[in-house]
Amino acid sequence: KLSGTINPLYASTEKKTGYRDASTYNNFYEFGTDKSDPAETANTLKTRPWVVTVEGEVKKPLTFDLDNLIKLAPLEERIYRLRCVEGWSMVIPWMGYSLSNLLKKVEPTSNARYVEFISLADKRQMPGINSRVLQWPYTEGLRMDEAMHPLTLLALGMYGDVLPNQNGAPVRLVVPWKYGFKSAKSIVKIRLTKDQPRTSWNLSAPEEYGFFSNVNPEVDHPRWSQATERRIGEDGFLTRKRKTLMFNGYSEVASLYAGMDLRKYY
Amino acid sequence: MRSLTQRQIQRVKWIVFLLSLLPGGRLIWAIYRDSLGANPIEFITRNTGEWTLYFLCATLALTPVRKWLGWHWLVRLRRMLGLYSFFYASVHFLTFLWFDHFFELTEMWQDVLKRPFIAVGFIAFSLLIPLALTSNQWMIRQLGGKQWQRLHQLVYVIVPLGVLHFFWMRAGKNLWIQPTLFAFGVAGLLVIRLFWSLRDRQKRESHN
Repeated sequence: KLSGTINPLYASTEKKTGYRDASTYNNFYEFGTDKSDPAETANTLKTRPWVVTVEGEVKKPLTFDLDNLIKLAPLEERIYRLRCVEGWSMVIPWMGYSLSNLLKKVEPTSNARYVEFISLADKRQMPGINSRVLQWPYTEGLRMDEAMHPLTLLALGMYGDVLPNQNGAPVRLVVPWKYGFKSAKSIVKIRLTKDQPRTSWNLSAPEEYGFFSNVNPEVDHPRWSQATERRIGEDGFLTRKRKTLMFNGYSEVASLYAGMDLRKYY
Repeated sequence: MRSLTQRQIQRVKWIVFLLSLLPGGRLIWAIYRDSLGANPIEFITRNTGEWTLYFLCATLALTPVRKWLGWHWLVRLRRMLGLYSFFYASVHFLTFLWFDHFFELTEMWQDVLKRPFIAVGFIAFSLLIPLALTSNQWMIRQLGGKQWQRLHQLVYVIVPLGVLHFFWMRAGKNLWIQPTLFAFGVAGLLVIRLFWSLRDRQKRESHN
C-alpha cells in the first residue's frame, strides 16, 4: 500500500479505467510483445532492492534506493489520461510526484539540456530481453524543460498501491501529453545530457516514432490515423471512437513548443 | 485414403465445415464470456485477419497436397476452404468498417487511400469478392471453365497482397517471425505452381 494525497489539479472527472484492464493490457516488451504477456510473466521481476542512479551533467550525482525515492517528496494521487501511440487510451490514478523534485536534488549544470531514462535490462528477470525487437536497455528521453514541467510525474504506484510489475514497477515515468512509450518503465538510471539522447523506438523505426512524440491528432502515424482513440472499457461496440485532443488535452504544455513545427518535430 | 466413396467424401466435408467454424465460434463464445481482454475489438480484428490468412494458405496448399499424396478427392474441399477465407476476411473487414469507422464510408475511404497497408488489405479483400460470387456451379457454367479458371487465378495475387498487408502491419513493431513464416509458406506454394507450369510447357513443346 502507498498513501498519498489527492492532487485536486489532476482529479479528473472522467471514468477511471478498471484496474484489471490497466494491469493486463500492457506494452512492456521486456516481458513479451503481446499485451497480455507482461501480466503473465512479470512476476519474475525483483523490485527490491532497487537503485536509481542519477548522473551526467549534474553537480551532485546521486543514487537513490526505493525508500529514498518514496520519501523524497510527498506522494500525490494524480489521475492522468494515457494515450497509446496504437490508438487506445486509459484513465489511470497514479501515485508519485513531479520529476522536477528529483532533478533539483542533483543540481543540473547549465550544460544539462536533455534527460535520458534507462530501464532495467536483465535477462534473468525479463524473458523479452532475449528477443531482438528493440535495442536494450530500453531508453527514452525528454528535453530539460519537458522533464521539469510539473505534469511530468515520477510514479511509484497506481490505484492506491505500489505499481504492479507489468506496469513498470517499482518506479516509472508518466508524461501524459506524450504517447505512452515515452514514459519509461522500471527505471534504473537517469542521465542528464548535453545532446539529445537516442531513444529505443526512434532507433527501431525513426519515421514512425519521433523524439518528441507529443499526442497530436493532426499528425498521422504512417500506418494509421491518430485523429481518434478507443478508450479501453468504454468505446467500441456501441459507441464510436472518441476524438484525440492536442497534447492529449493537456494544453498547458503548448508553450513548451511555441514556434516549433510539430509536423517536423513529431 | 487415396479414393473415397461419395458418402465418405460427404462426411469429410461435414467435418471440415464444422472445424472451420470453430475459430468463429470461439470468438462468439469469448465475447459472451467477456474474456477477450481489455481491447476485444482489436482482438477480433487481428484474430479474423490471421484466420483469413490460414484459410487462404490452406486453400492454396490443397492442390500440391492432392498431387503429392494422390488424394484427388481433396479438390472437393477447395470451394469450402476458399469460401471460409472469404468469410473470415469479411468479418475482418466488417470490424474495420464498423468499430473503427462506425460505417462512415467517406472516412473509411480516406483511411484506405492514405495508408498503404490498409489499401493493400482493402484491394485483397475486394479481389476476393468476385471469386466468392462465382464459386457456385451456375456461375461456373455461365462463365465457362476456361474463363472461370482465369478469374480464379486472381488468388495468386490476393494471397501475396494479404501477406504484405500483415507484414506491413507488424513492420513498425519489428515483429517479423509470423509474417515471415506466412511469406515463406506462400512463396513455396506459388513456386511449386510456377515449376509445374514450366514443366508442362516443356512437355508440350517436346510433343510438338
